[in-house]
Amino acid sequence: MKVRLLNAWRLGMKELLSLWNDKVLLIMIVWAFSGGIYTASTATSQELHNAPIAIVDEDQSVLSSRIAGSFYGPYFKPPDMITESQVDAGLDAGIYTFVLNIPPDFERDVLAGQQPVIQVNIDAMRVSQAFIGAGYIQNIVLGEVGEFVQHRRSEAAAPITLAPTVMFNPNMTSSWFGSVMEIINNVTMLSVILTGAALIREREHGTLEHLLVMPLGAFEIMLAKVWSMALVVWIAVGLSLYFVVGRVLDVPIAGSIPLFMAGTLVQLLATTSLGIFIGTLSRNMPQLGLMMILVVLPLELLSGGMTPRESMPEAVQNIMLFAPTTHFVSLAQAVLYRGAGLDVVWPSLLAMAAIAAAFFVASLLMFRRSIAAQG
Amino acid sequence: MTGTGVARLAGVGLRYGDTVALDAIDLDIPSACMVGLIGPDGVGKSSLMALVAGVRVIQQGTVETLGGDMGSRAHREAVCPRIAYMPQGLGKNLYMTLSVFENVDFFGRLFGQSSDERATRIAELLDSTGLTPFRDRPAGKLSGGMKQKLGLCCALIHDPDLLILDEPTTGVDPLSRRQFWQLIDRMRARRPGMSVLVSSAYMAEAERFDWLVAMDDGRVLATGSPADLLARTGTTDLDAAFIELLPPDKRRGHAALVVPPRVVQGDGPAIVAEGLTMQFGDFTAVDHVDFEIGRGEIFGFLGSNGCGKTTTMKMLTGLLPPTSGRALLFGHEVDAGDLDTRRRVGFMTQGFSLYGELSVRQNLVLHAQLFHLPAADVAPRVQEMVDRFGLAGYVDAQAAGLPLGIRQRLSLAVAVIHKPEMLILDEPTSGVDPVARDGFWRLLIDLSRKDGVTIFVSTHFMNEGERCDRISLMHAGRVLASGSPAALIAERHAASLEDAFIACLEEATGEADRPAAAAGEAVAARAAGTERRAFSLMRLFAYARREWLEVVRDPVRLTFALLGSVILVLILGYGISMDVEDLKFAVLDRDQSPESRAYVENMAGSRYFLEQPPLAGSAELDQRMKAGELSVALEIPPDFGRDLRRGQAVEIGVWVDGAMPFRAETTLGYVQGLHADFLQQAARRQVGAVQEAPARLDMRYRYNQDFKSVYAMVPAVIPLLLTFIPAILMAVGVVREKELGSITNLYATPVTRLEFLLGKQLPYIGVSMISFYGLVALAVYVFGVPLKGSLVTLSLAALIFVTTTTGIGLLMSSFARTQIAALAATAVVTMLATVTFSGLTHPVSSLEGAGRTIGTFFPATYFLNISRGLFTKALGLREVYMDFLAMLAFVPVLTLLSVLLLKKQER
Repeated sequence: MKVRLLNAWRLGMKELLSLWNDKVLLIMIVWAFSGGIYTASTATSQELHNAPIAIVDEDQSVLSSRIAGSFYGPYFKPPDMITESQVDAGLDAGIYTFVLNIPPDFERDVLAGQQPVIQVNIDAMRVSQAFIGAGYIQNIVLGEVGEFVQHRRSEAAAPITLAPTVMFNPNMTSSWFGSVMEIINNVTMLSVILTGAALIREREHGTLEHLLVMPLGAFEIMLAKVWSMALVVWIAVGLSLYFVVGRVLDVPIAGSIPLFMAGTLVQLLATTSLGIFIGTLSRNMPQLGLMMILVVLPLELLSGGMTPRESMPEAVQNIMLFAPTTHFVSLAQAVLYRGAGLDVVWPSLLAMAAIAAAFFVASLLMFRRSIAAQG
Repeated sequence: MTGTGVARLAGVGLRYGDTVALDAIDLDIPSACMVGLIGPDGVGKSSLMALVAGVRVIQQGTVETLGGDMGSRAHREAVCPRIAYMPQGLGKNLYMTLSVFENVDFFGRLFGQSSDERATRIAELLDSTGLTPFRDRPAGKLSGGMKQKLGLCCALIHDPDLLILDEPTTGVDPLSRRQFWQLIDRMRARRPGMSVLVSSAYMAEAERFDWLVAMDDGRVLATGSPADLLARTGTTDLDAAFIELLPPDKRRGHAALVVPPRVVQGDGPAIVAEGLTMQFGDFTAVDHVDFEIGRGEIFGFLGSNGCGKTTTMKMLTGLLPPTSGRALLFGHEVDAGDLDTRRRVGFMTQGFSLYGELSVRQNLVLHAQLFHLPAADVAPRVQEMVDRFGLAGYVDAQAAGLPLGIRQRLSLAVAVIHKPEMLILDEPTSGVDPVARDGFWRLLIDLSRKDGVTIFVSTHFMNEGERCDRISLMHAGRVLASGSPAALIAERHAASLEDAFIACLEEATGEADRPAAAAGEAVAARAAGTERRAFSLMRLFAYARREWLEVVRDPVRLTFALLGSVILVLILGYGISMDVEDLKFAVLDRDQSPESRAYVENMAGSRYFLEQPPLAGSAELDQRMKAGELSVALEIPPDFGRDLRRGQAVEIGVWVDGAMPFRAETTLGYVQGLHADFLQQAARRQVGAVQEAPARLDMRYRYNQDFKSVYAMVPAVIPLLLTFIPAILMAVGVVREKELGSITNLYATPVTRLEFLLGKQLPYIGVSMISFYGLVALAVYVFGVPLKGSLVTLSLAALIFVTTTTGIGLLMSSFARTQIAALAATAVVTMLATVTFSGLTHPVSSLEGAGRTIGTFFPATYFLNISRGLFTKALGLREVYMDFLAMLAFVPVLTLLSVLLLKKQER
């Protein structure tokens, strides 16, 4: 066993050297974990941000202009004042997500207590922005109207108030979320690509059969690729978390980084094994690439890192329990945002370890078989 | 043509990095004859030929071919149709999935020949090369000799004035080799004006050339006819003559090779094969092969490419379990799991299995370690190998950049680094120069005679066969004859081993040397001056057709291209949902009054929330929030009910999990909504009058009244998938040609960069459009998302869009050198840009900074708008024409960039 581990160690060093000599891949890894994360997390905003809005002001009163003036950044873009006839075109072309229509004599009717209605047209195709924005608009408009009215009418205070606290991310800054989720996506994608490609490269260059006539087993060959490529990604994750997420993006990390890194390691064992698995199934690089997309994309999108898991269909949720990324995402969120410790995340870690072990063994069996079958 | 010669080089220099390939070459190559370039590998023969052909960029000096400067693009374009270039390597310029006919036909189209003309020429060429019976066989399934003949057909399709053949016979069996040269002779007889420039590793072949250029180390050693060179050096054969011509320090140490007689050792045979048979499907690669090799014996396997030599060797090494029969090594049956036997065997595979990206030293050290040489012995042993194999000058060079011959020396060094008792060598010397080959054999003989190492070697060099103790002649999976070389020659009454082998082959295949077929037939008269056009649709379609055939014949690629997107849209359409529901919440109810329970019930009754077991205290709240078990927690203060009844202000604590900001935001919205609801109900019950708000808002959710994200997602996933798959297929398609070497056809034929790129793009646009319709059908029939706009408009938009996405693939392919790099780069770029910056979840206008810029300059943004607009908003061309225009603008920009970045010559 010691001998085999030593072999795996040496072959792994070879993989690292090979990677070092492939500058394009290196640059890609560096970019994915630096600039890629930075742009992805700063540009996207999951919360309401710069929502495009327009107002049709048919009232032209003090109140209507106060309402118009109450929409500003960062939630909304400064509203465009448009006419009734421009509403449909603006929504159709996707220029505006929201269009408010303040009816004539709005101010007068408000003061008369007639409860006038402001029509809000929402492009519901932009699901998340539409929903959150609608809530904001309601609060903003009613707030403005209320304040305006207050001078004339005395208000009874609402009997129950809510004291909301958003835990772990009080301002709901999306870069906190985006940056870490992007790291997770990169972990999955790169580790699968790197190991799969390392295997195919050996096959295409005929070095695989060369290895097989040496006193080496499938276990060593596979382990070598798994540990070396996992190490590369692991180090990249660590550096990225410290410099890009911690320093540049200034995301406060609540929990223990060592715990997260340990989880990453288990995740990498699973994804690199997956890379080998795909590598054995495909005959050449183009095939590998296509298969990779079919595997990696669902892993990234359905694991709860992009959209909440609970809103997916039951079947999808259950199937995704067998994907290591699902558990990794939940572990990462628990540890990094909520400051959870091992006492909380051990089930995720255990699930990941079990999946990783299963993947490794399955890949090893597949790899053995594909070697035996190769002519 | 002027009388001065077909090509002239003056002061030509060429370097690859620090390596000098050609050093101040001055050369006049005469026309209308067969000129041979001879010399070891890595001396610059191939580089020189590539320069003459105009395939490689001139770095230094001037090269004139067919009376003009090859540095001038205009001249290159003018003479290109008059030159044919066949690169080194078996079938390097051929397309393996295309049939024999399709390959030749493709070249005919590139040279703008009409279909009648092509039909006549192809029939004639295939007939004279004997390929007619194999007309419909894929090129990949031809033997090495047939591939070379096919390569020649492709080169000759346009009646070139100058034919450039780079090592056309390396690795080809003797019968095919002989046929190949006869074919060239016949061609020349028919077209006496044609000049042929050929390089060869076989010195014996050089004798048939009219004029020789002997090269070494990037310089010309001597030129002249073979007789000239022999006379000048006072030698009788060209091998010896070449060695004489070498500078003294290189010649040193070379002496004629003598094989000492073998001392027979005891202990039984080293290798035994009994009825070894290997079948792949219904093809028998090896058919009942028997032999026995004694210890210390040098046993040779002679045969053409694809005759089963390699398969036999693989069975001996345990790489392939035989279909029937058995193989014994040192008396033990070969077992793939037996690591100890492997340690006693050294193996050198045909593909010089080295790690190209590692240096010579790294390769040696790695193998020494993998064979577990004691740590202290590794360095001395590596040094010994470096000295013995003359690798000293290359120790730190990358193996991939080494000339063929040196790479093979390294490969052998690697195979013997652990001092094996037996060596299995699969064609170890093809392409190695005579001095190195003799040196190599000296080492083999040394190993055999002094160390008693058993050597099993396969080769197609006859003179190497003569050095073996015993040989087997193999053909089509069967051993034709076995015995000592002398005995075999005597048996056939032949003059040489080569003749004996050819006799055996002819007997086995029943194929006698074919008389010059149709020699007298008139060559189709060629229209004076080939028509040259800056842009030819014919060439473009030739590439498109070829690519299409290739894609269609690669079932895996095709399935993925078509079905991949369908599978993904199912996963994504069902999986990605921006609907936030089933949020888990728990309550820390410190009051436990009817009022508090009513409040909780109000929330639990909502479809958005799922009630979890109640919380017992603040610590549990923290714990369960941390574990991500709860999305919301409520804390109802003590005396909630009492205070409410008394009309005193009460505050309910709400904790929301902010880990996923978008979900937190939505959750808060829900909680506030339900809270307001509760208040109204409470007010109604207690006071009997509703506290009227001063105004109301009427929310109209347009296009998607049910507010279901499937309607939003499915039309958005279509652009997403039409970005990835086409871009990646495309990028890989171009880089594949670079990797496999068929990109040479871009360099060496009149096809322009634009024709090449557009031609390759067309099939992928076609495939992508098919998958587009699959996606639309799924959207409408499976997801029930109605297409409210016009399908024609949407198709038009999709057509433009896949043109841009394949264009992105093209652009990526111009940077990338390897398929893997192309793949990864394309995946990263398209995935990031499409998922995050093109408005999939948020409109581009809400983005900021770099993301906004990327979104604006990414075509998916516009197609997304169109797709959503047509699917759900029933828009027409009039409303979305701006998006159309924006997308259209990408097409010329991407194409132009790709054209500029693609090189028409090799650097």
